[in-house]
Amino acid sequence: MNEEKKPARKKIHSTTEMNRIMAEYFYELDNAAKTGEKKIAWCTSVGPAEILRAMGFLVYFPENHAAMLGATRMSTDVIPLANARGYSPDICSYLTADIGAYIAGVTPLSKAYKGIEKVPKPDVLVYNTNQCRDVQDWFMWYAQMFKVPLIGINTHLGIRDVNDAHVASIVKQMEDLIKPLSAVSGKKFDLDELKQVVALSRACSDSWKKVLDTAAAVPSPITFFDGTIHMGPAVVLRGTKQAVDYYNLLLAELNERIRNKESALENERFRLYWDGMPVWGRLSDHAALFANLNTNVLASTYCNSWIFTDFDAADPFTSMARAYTKLFIVRSDEPKEQYIKDMLKFFKIDGIIYHDAKTCPNNSNCRYGMPKRLEEETKIPSLTLNGDLNDLRCVSDEQNKTNIEAFIEQLEESKPGL
Amino acid sequence: MNAKKVFVGIDIGASRTKVALIDAAGSLIGYAVEKSGTDFSAAAEKCLDSSLAMAKSSRKDIVHTISTGYGRKNVSFSNAAKTEISCHGKGCFHYFPLAIAIIDIGGQDNKIIKLDSEGRRLSFKMNRKCAAGTGAFLEEMSARLDIPLENMDSLARQSGHMVELGSFCTVFSGTEVLEKIRQGEKVTDITKGLFLSVIKRVLEMDSLSENVVMTGGVVAHNPYIVTMAEEILKKKILVPEHPQLTGAIGAALYASEAQI
Ligand code: SF4
Repeated sequence: MNEEKKPARKKIHSTTEMNRIMAEYFYELDNAAKTGEKKIAWCTSVGPAEILRAMGFLVYFPENHAAMLGATRMSTDVIPLANARGYSPDICSYLTADIGAYIAGVTPLSKAYKGIEKVPKPDVLVYNTNQCRDVQDWFMWYAQMFKVPLIGINTHLGIRDVNDAHVASIVKQMEDLIKPLSAVSGKKFDLDELKQVVALSRACSDSWKKVLDTAAAVPSPITFFDGTIHMGPAVVLRGTKQAVDYYNLLLAELNERIRNKESALENERFRLYWDGMPVWGRLSDHAALFANLNTNVLASTYCNSWIFTDFDAADPFTSMARAYTKLFIVRSDEPKEQYIKDMLKFFKIDGIIYHDAKTCPNNSNCRYGMPKRLEEETKIPSLTLNGDLNDLRCVSDEQNKTNIEAFIEQLEESKPGL
Repeated sequence: MNAKKVFVGIDIGASRTKVALIDAAGSLIGYAVEKSGTDFSAAAEKCLDSSLAMAKSSRKDIVHTISTGYGRKNVSFSNAAKTEISCHGKGCFHYFPLAIAIIDIGGQDNKIIKLDSEGRRLSFKMNRKCAAGTGAFLEEMSARLDIPLENMDSLARQSGHMVELGSFCTVFSGTEVLEKIRQGEKVTDITKGLFLSVIKRVLEMDSLSENVVMTGGVVAHNPYIVTMAEEILKKKILVPEHPQLTGAIGAALYASEAQI
């Protein structure tokens, strides 16, 4: 028997354009760091990037860098360096990989972009704990290293219904950022500029949502693995025109596929939902593994985390506060379960994969009984994979493979003759 | 047409390779178990030859072969591969056509597989990336206690007072075992404690339904584990005739279905 067939996953042509705008983004940051022409703010992935852009900062996202460390499999080598500095192997492996890379003096940016030697030095660090406390601790390291201010927003967690009190408290914290940010940028805050950025962020978010929603088509023109790559601009370039243009281009390509009944996989037999982080260092292996099983993992909680339908240019602060608090990760289990149930229906899902990422309990929704509850309610089977986002020491490939193949065999039994 | 149709199931586990041959009526007519070692193909060939000899058959009688287990993709003569989860389910349901929860304790992994009354799989769980509760755990402990693996069952049966081990990790359990020996505990009691540790690790994986079936090499060689599990679960546990062969038998049954 032959171990593997050739995976059949279609190439997305817009990728070339994405690579171009991402390169432009990193070179602009690198240039600013070298010349000091523009100030640089480091921001958490679901932090208040709009305020930073409106105040003239170029915005850099360490989480995006950490994901690159994972995808290039540099992370497992550098994580132990952070562990040795006292950062536990059990905490966020984005944090440990990123700090480890800094200690080692390496970055995947230099491999991807000729001439870039280091990550762009920050002038200020801005976090939002809406995802977890790890980001604050992570940024604290750099605030100490670079001797620059660390400011941020502390979001309420485990929220069932987002109410006005939640929003008001976040608005207040956002407004409080303006003064220290002005002090760093030397630029006065202008509400109209913020409105423009929020409008662009909203447009980006709307187009990104449309991109992800194309997966509802049968067969789906896109996979979750494509999504994890193509969400780059939604993370690092939201609030810019480039991101909006890019998603419109990508959307057109995917809609064209739908019109032509072109599937992302040659033969889409099963449609799965992925909950939790991707295993960055195994992205292509997982994509190939599922493709070989004629299974399209096509929708996820993760890629949808950069959809902010509440952004409203007419009311920037309140709408941002609401959008950044309504996020899945911030919520309690009831709204989370309802959300997943809606997704399962919308995307016509046959089964769910929960990735229990060892170092990110915040994005692992399988630890408090949710899979069983949802399985009983929806009758849609699920599988939990043990692994991690960046620390491959926590991943057992052979076990995952057997689990995945067995899960597909289970689905086959319930959907015979297809 | 073959005068004597033979269907082959071959289960290459991390520690043992098992082959089961069944005839067209689904009866087990030959089987063999060997160490998997590092040359999966060689182990597979050897097992196949012994089971063919037992069944008084030859290779030309083989109609279809399905491989399973960790080495399922390494068998040159198999027609297709299926995971051990499916094959164990199939094998168990063949013997117990009921809604069942199967506890399989293998050399390196544990599984709990749930089937409905039609034999359809409802769910399955495999152990995490950890040897706790597997055959490898008992193997490691037998080395620490310096007793042959095959003596563990009878030693545990002689215990009058069980020594419980708190540790989860296989390596740390080893240290704990040495500590118990230093404290003067008896090997029989420690062995019973080790069995309990295996059962606990497995039972915490999933909740169990009414009919429980136990399979796997650990169960085959240490039937006392079943008795202990029955005491804990307060119910009778079903065990097929060849608990170590269930995966291979399931694979052979799949082979017989796929032949036409
Ligand atoms: S949410 Fe998870 S991956 Fe993201 S920063 Fe927090 S711990 Fe790390």
